[in-house]
Amino acid sequence: MLVLGGLAILILTSPGWPAVKSTFFSAEAFKSSFPSVLSGFWLDVQMFMVIEVIVLVLGLLIALIRTVQLAALFPVRMLAVVYVDVMRGVPTILLVYLVGFGVPALQLSGLPTSPVVLGGAALAMAYSAYVSEVFRAGIQSVHPSQGAAGLALGLTRTQTLRFVIIPQAVRRVVPPLLNDFIALQKDVALVSILGPEEAFRAAQIYSASQFNYTPLLAAAALYLCVTIPLTRIVDRMQARDIRQRGGAMALGPR
Amino acid sequence: MNAVLELRGVTKAYGSHQVLRGIDLEVGEHQAVALIGASGSGKSTLLRCIDLLEEIDDGDILLDGVPVTVPGMDPVPVRRRLGLVFQAFNLFPHLSVIDNVVIGVVRAQGTPRREARQAGVEMLARFGLADRAEEYPDRLSGGQQQRVAIARALIARPRALLLDEVTSALDPELVGEVLEVIRGLKADGMTMVIATHEMGFAREVADQVCFLQDGTIVERGPPASIFTAPARPETRRFLARILHEPDPSSVDA
Repeated sequence: MLVLGGLAILILTSPGWPAVKSTFFSAEAFKSSFPSVLSGFWLDVQMFMVIEVIVLVLGLLIALIRTVQLAALFPVRMLAVVYVDVMRGVPTILLVYLVGFGVPALQLSGLPTSPVVLGGAALAMAYSAYVSEVFRAGIQSVHPSQGAAGLALGLTRTQTLRFVIIPQAVRRVVPPLLNDFIALQKDVALVSILGPEEAFRAAQIYSASQFNYTPLLAAAALYLCVTIPLTRIVDRMQARDIRQRGGAMALGPR
Repeated sequence: MNAVLELRGVTKAYGSHQVLRGIDLEVGEHQAVALIGASGSGKSTLLRCIDLLEEIDDGDILLDGVPVTVPGMDPVPVRRRLGLVFQAFNLFPHLSVIDNVVIGVVRAQGTPRREARQAGVEMLARFGLADRAEEYPDRLSGGQQQRVAIARALIARPRALLLDEVTSALDPELVGEVLEVIRGLKADGMTMVIATHEMGFAREVADQVCFLQDGTIVERGPPASIFTAPARPETRRFLARILHEPDPSSVDA
């Protein structure tokens, strides 16, 4: 509190504060830019909602391919390893560029040319690689004796995976998954480099024409409006899950 | 008449470590066979092999006279006809007690959920757990969890029940309630193979006792003769050691 208060006083009394106040905290600029920033943010929301679903499905699929030890899956497994290595290894902004400008340049009919779709695809590629590793860690953290118990009950391997292993794995990886999702929600702004007027882009356009940066803060606030409540909701879900199962924090309540 | 379970020359190795060296065993209908022996003697591996959780290297396992270790044979229907209870219970922590009990019959056998739950609740009631049906396993004591695990294995009406040191992970005061359940099963005529460190219990419940050492059945016979007049020096040494051990469950892990 003391530190924050001191910091606030330092900022508010700084020589540049009046100028900063008018360029970053202008009520007027906020009002006039907000509609376009908000409609840009709506595009962000739509994008990450769709991308998140794709990422979840694709990530789990890749994780399963990499963990299920079936000889027949060997070539696919190698492909999955290469995919994850490459997609995780390339900077996301580069991936957005490459897909966003590379795919249309191929001039193949049938391929999408919309920057929103291409940018979204690039993000889905990058994040499915990250998320597959999260899922893989979760699957591997379930003790093999759980699988043995499933098989001993007469479940098939697929049923054991579906009803015994995956539900436990998913519960364990909710916090890191949420982490990746928050990162994704912010990285949607990268699609702006391909042109679509999402929140960051809209704010940027306004700032550039009016020499006022307030819209950027408005955009930042909009992002927080989504990420913080989401975090709290998941926290609460997890706490309830732990309570219900009679578990406790590793170090106890105090 | 065929035995329910029959093993002929079963061998199993993990890498260069030979765990089972030619096991022959017959378990008749309504019979209880106890497997005794030190930790690492192969008792658990033998049970896992019978339930086809491990592939055997050589030999045959027959269930109701039909070989089930034929290459390429689907192990799933065989596992459905056997029940296996683990030392560490291995209940599913994300499912309630009743869902743990019915998941096998609902998913594997396609029994309607309502019907399965009804049977599950009856089974739990039989083991004194009727009021725990909706709770999660972590809330239960070890003894209660193991009784749930036994109920889970029994609900599919298996031809034989395989019990893998089911009391070894329990606090001493909880051992009794689980042994009581097994006593009841024996009285009902359940065919069982029981790997155990509870010598008194083996003596009481088993029709036949097999002493394993280094993957071989060194000696077998009715409990009276094994425990009072063991023929082999290895058996005598083992019994002398374990019976003077203050806490036999600490011998094995």
